[in-house]
Amino acid sequence: MSVTVRIPTILRTYTGGKAEVTAEGATLGEVISDLEKNHTGIAARVLDDQGKLRRFVNVYVNDDDVRFEQGLETATPDGAGVSIIPAVAGG
Amino acid sequence: MAVQTVASTTDSAAANSVDLGPAAALSCRECGHRVPLGPVFACEECFGPLEIAYDFSAYDTEELRGRIEAGPANIWRYAPLLPVPADVATKPNLNPGWTKLVQADNLARELGVTGGLYIKDDSGNPTHSFKDRVVAQALEAARAFGFTTLSCSSTGNLAGAVGAAAARAGLRSCVFIPHDLEQGKVVMAAVYGGELVGIEGNYDDVNRFCSELIGDPAGEGWGFVNVNLRPYYAEGSKTLAYEICEQLGWRLPDQIVVPIASGSQLTKIDKGLQELIGLGLVEDRPYKIFGAQAEGCSPVSTAYKAGHDVVRPQKPDTIAKSLAIGNPADGPYVLDIARRTGGAVEDVTDEQIVEAIRTLARTEGIFAETAGGVTVGVTKKLLGSGVLDPSLTTVVLNTGDGLKTLDAVAGTGLTATIRPSLESFREAGLV
Repeated sequence: MSVTVRIPTILRTYTGGKAEVTAEGATLGEVISDLEKNHTGIAARVLDDQGKLRRFVNVYVNDDDVRFEQGLETATPDGAGVSIIPAVAGG
Repeated sequence: MAVQTVASTTDSAAANSVDLGPAAALSCRECGHRVPLGPVFACEECFGPLEIAYDFSAYDTEELRGRIEAGPANIWRYAPLLPVPADVATKPNLNPGWTKLVQADNLARELGVTGGLYIKDDSGNPTHSFKDRVVAQALEAARAFGFTTLSCSSTGNLAGAVGAAAARAGLRSCVFIPHDLEQGKVVMAAVYGGELVGIEGNYDDVNRFCSELIGDPAGEGWGFVNVNLRPYYAEGSKTLAYEICEQLGWRLPDQIVVPIASGSQLTKIDKGLQELIGLGLVEDRPYKIFGAQAEGCSPVSTAYKAGHDVVRPQKPDTIAKSLAIGNPADGPYVLDIARRTGGAVEDVTDEQIVEAIRTLARTEGIFAETAGGVTVGVTKKLLGSGVLDPSLTTVVLNTGDGLKTLDAVAGTGLTATIRPSLESFREAGLV
């Protein structure tokens, strides 16, 4: 399963400045593992010490916030778009 | 300057040359990592929110109190405690704040409060909501960092505040809102002549869009008040705390009821109270902070009642659209503060919100927007359940004007329609 991952500015030091990269994996967890293989260090920025998504990171698979889905177990179908976004507030 | 979401720790000299008064650096609220002042909002180490770290060490308490009391009747009287240059009051901005703290004796009688009940009525701001306070801070940061376009994601009130502030300052504005907002808020946002873009989705979708725009060349040169300028913007809510205490005679309220959307306002009110204590401007004694949500968007209230310290996002469905943030970034901090101070977080139904709007209008002549209905409704509910102590001084926030959310009380109207004659008036049973 190949997906496109949008990288926030905060993590582009790990992707050579690229705003978008491709990764493999059938679930979000697998996609992040694959990202780590090619962009060492990125997983530790997105996941906490327990391997869970950090609480100030929002991840979307296509248009769905994975916290409403199955978190790191959320399926990432072939061709899906994954967005990693720092949480912000306001209103 | 190009838009960034994070500053490195090495490019500090240029960034720290900006004059933002007592603001010394940005500090991560989660891990404490510090970076220089810049248009950045997320920690490069852990994604945690960055906030302003100050240097107040030079202040003498009584000298500072005198400066504040001699200052202008707006938020700039507190400039020594805000991330703004010392000459901020001379620059073109909306000069919000110093809104009325209304002693609500009629409402107090109706609710059975004996210790003093006050409404901090922020509908009196230039664009009729508390958002003018936060935008005023973001505008100064935008000027300091050289942005030429002011932008935001908004549930409505913020869009108007940004449009107006940009107009006064001579900047371009382009703001983003959910496409289905109340008409009053759409008009209020559009009238200032900036660009207003409706996004097909809810606030969280708008926020996500803006977060992506900021990392794209299309967003270059844009100051998003509640995204890349958020650390500065958020500080504006501290002025609510400062004003309440000064208006009470430099005294902390015992209890304060604050609406929760993202949770930022509540956390900054707590920060403001703590600063006043630390500076010796008020006596250090206990206060309780209570958070108020609408049942149809109550992720923080739900987490509070369940005893959780994390907030599970919800899909909002409430008339209180200015509070309809289903994924509140500061929710965990709100939980911490409510528990630390001995407060609570509660929610009310849409029906209770409307009833509370009417009660406040009927008893005090204050027409609140739905967010004010939420705080008054939650106050009534918490008094009923014994969580709020009626014998203590209590301050309830009204953060916006009811004219913006007329639909909420659309059933309110004519008492009677009569012919223009005394006979008809008598027939209507009104005398």
